[in-house]
Amino acid sequence: MDFGFKLSPSSAVNLDTVDRRRYDRLVQLEPDALTCIGCGSCSATCTAAPWSGMSVRKVILGLQRGRDDEVDAMLSRCMLCGKCTMVCPRGINTRHLILTLCRLDKNGEAVR
Amino acid sequence: MVNRTPVIAVIGAGIAGLEAARQLAALGYEPVLIEKAPVAGGHVAEWNRLFPDMTPASEVIRPLLEQTSGIRTCLDTEIASINRLKDGFNLVLSDGSSLICQAVLFATGFHLFDASKKEEYGYGIYDRVITNRDLEQWFNTRHDPRVDHPKAVGFVHCVGSRDIKAGNAQCSKVCCITAIKQAIEIKEEFPDAEVYCFYMDLRLFGKKYEDFYIKAQRDYGIHFIRGRVSEVGEAIDGRVVVKAEDTLSGKPVRVTLDLLVLMAGIVCNPDAQHYAREIGATVDEDGFLKSRNNLAAITESSRPGVFFAGACTGAKTVPETLAEARSAALAIHQYLSKRG
Amino acid sequence: MIYQGKQKIWADYQKEIPDDHWFYVRSCIRQNFFPASEKYFLKICRDLLGRDIYESEHHTTCAGIAYHCDTIPQETAMTVVARQFALMTEAGYDNLVTSCITSFGNYTEILETWREFPELEEKIREHLWKACRREFNKPKYIAHASDLVYKLRGEIAERARYQLVSRATGEPLRIVEHIGCHYSKMFPHKGVGGAEYPCVLSGMAEAWGGQVIDYPERRHCCGFGFRQYFVKANRGYSLSNTHKKFESMEPYHPDMIITNCPGCPYFLDRWQYVIAEMEGKTYGQNGYGIPAFTYEELAGLVLGVDPWDLGLQVHQVAVEPLLDKIGIPYDPAKKYLGMDEKKIKTPGLPATLKCC
Repeated sequence: MDFGFKLSPSSAVNLDTVDRRRYDRLVQLEPDALTCIGCGSCSATCTAAPWSGMSVRKVILGLQRGRDDEVDAMLSRCMLCGKCTMVCPRGINTRHLILTLCRLDKNGEAVR
Repeated sequence: MVNRTPVIAVIGAGIAGLEAARQLAALGYEPVLIEKAPVAGGHVAEWNRLFPDMTPASEVIRPLLEQTSGIRTCLDTEIASINRLKDGFNLVLSDGSSLICQAVLFATGFHLFDASKKEEYGYGIYDRVITNRDLEQWFNTRHDPRVDHPKAVGFVHCVGSRDIKAGNAQCSKVCCITAIKQAIEIKEEFPDAEVYCFYMDLRLFGKKYEDFYIKAQRDYGIHFIRGRVSEVGEAIDGRVVVKAEDTLSGKPVRVTLDLLVLMAGIVCNPDAQHYAREIGATVDEDGFLKSRNNLAAITESSRPGVFFAGACTGAKTVPETLAEARSAALAIHQYLSKRG
Repeated sequence: MIYQGKQKIWADYQKEIPDDHWFYVRSCIRQNFFPASEKYFLKICRDLLGRDIYESEHHTTCAGIAYHCDTIPQETAMTVVARQFALMTEAGYDNLVTSCITSFGNYTEILETWREFPELEEKIREHLWKACRREFNKPKYIAHASDLVYKLRGEIAERARYQLVSRATGEPLRIVEHIGCHYSKMFPHKGVGGAEYPCVLSGMAEAWGGQVIDYPERRHCCGFGFRQYFVKANRGYSLSNTHKKFESMEPYHPDMIITNCPGCPYFLDRWQYVIAEMEGKTYGQNGYGIPAFTYEELAGLVLGVDPWDLGLQVHQVAVEPLLDKIGIPYDPAKKYLGMDEKKIKTPGLPATLKCC
């Protein structure tokens, strides 16, 4: 029956069921990713961010929260210029992190 | 009148009182420690290990107790009344005795916030909700049925701190780093457990604190979620369901945990307020005792002969408290020397 | 769950509820949704327990619903409320008891506002005088009708014909209690038991033999949320909140839900049909729903009032399986007979949610 309204999808993240396999594999390969403090320096300086929504901070957070589709959309906008790596206060090699991540599918398996 | 050694009443035999008494005795005075509890050592003696080097608390407490063993210490003792005399003070103790002294040092410390006041967190109602102090007790005794091989553990920062509604606007300073310490200890004990820290801001100001945080992130994989827990409920299996917002992604999060640790904050000690009012010292707006000058004279009250050391004026770390105790001893020495 | 911990909190949130002499104000909507609830509140208090409760045919809406929908300013709501106080004063009463939770919240909020801003009270007194030449005293006590039933729960228990237990097993019924948001979330000290663990309904349920369930989404809103439901574009939010509650309570297999708000039992009852149609999911036993009651209906049931006199036939979720479980007799043939014993229309049965 069409009531003219529906159950609204919830934006809440359930950490009990979130799929973190890709994140877990990433941090095995790039343990520095664990030390992100979400300061946003990377996004603030990003060449692609203002136009495309790319943000290394959000990529790392999105992986922790199981938002894989959002992560892939952001990664596809990266131009690999390396500016984010220059500004990261934790010294995370963000450019390398992005390249590593592009080689992992959502299950954390190597794709190429 | 016979020229006697000046007596200094030190109220509280926690680390501030013990260290100050030790210094005062070394300077040739006669300190008298007055302690409400049946043992000396205060909060630190109840703790297991201390940040950021995981130093056993006993390594701080034991030498202090040894070096103050010759000092007159009144345990299980409260102060019935304080009267100001012409050149000193008369303290009537709960055993009925009277203590005439030339100076009074408040080393009255703090109270740990009563976590049950944050009703939404369910301390005292939900079985798996404990406090930072309960967890230290577990580290000490390894006996608490609530800590039973947890697979998922949460830490709630700022419980009763930075909380105007709870009557405490101030930051308790030591809870962020204590949460990180306890999270690491839980992870060492239960390596397979997922550990979450829910924080508002991480205030890691002290020496080596940031290194400790990086270690918690990189070596222990502890999850830090920037968002204050809003509500805790109990699931049918007795585990706790925690709701917060992950403010960095702007989305609500929920997680089911086997153990939730509330980082109860540092609040003023009502006894200290009572004694301060009797002796004519000032209580500050935050409930802690008010120093004559917050920059240059933190250990001095506005009343001559009345001094402060440690957390009676606000949240302090162990090294800050010990340094203040020494500073207070010197301030007392100068005060008594001037009087001749 | 540590029951003593809750008792400790309940001890901190006890409010004074006078025993007798109340001026009663009805809800705008409850007589449509739950037609016998207010009637049986009055019957039980007056006829059975001998209390003096007065109501005036001149009383109107408290304007709380319009205030919460942002269609009138609060000063207008205050003037409407001032007129109810005038009616109470004219009738010679000091104690005001409200049927509606939003009214209770509205009255409480207004009195608290006047306490903080006495000049506003003076202004409203002027408004009222200009509008209808009336004057008023503020009530000495304000209670929600569930507060009063909570206070009288022991007297009701003494006269109860049925217990909230399974006749077959003797086990207490598993009861979800749901408190209207405007009862104590705004002013925790004005509600019995506070806002986090209110005991106004759980106290009744336990006094009458039931066992209360505490489930993770217990404190969550029923989903009504005036502007979520009234605006069709937002109605999915209303449904989603209710759905969230049912998903959370489902593992506990509740026998019934009891409520103290006009909207909550309506939404907790009717949305079960909508969820069943949309999702194919039902939450009771054998394809039925979980029946949701007002506390007056519950009091009427334990006192042995005929279920059809209590208006339980207008519930969406069938109550018969629960009546059978307790052992309360009813005549299925009389379910849809009106007050004059003539048949009112029998509703069609839904496709998914099993009904009688």
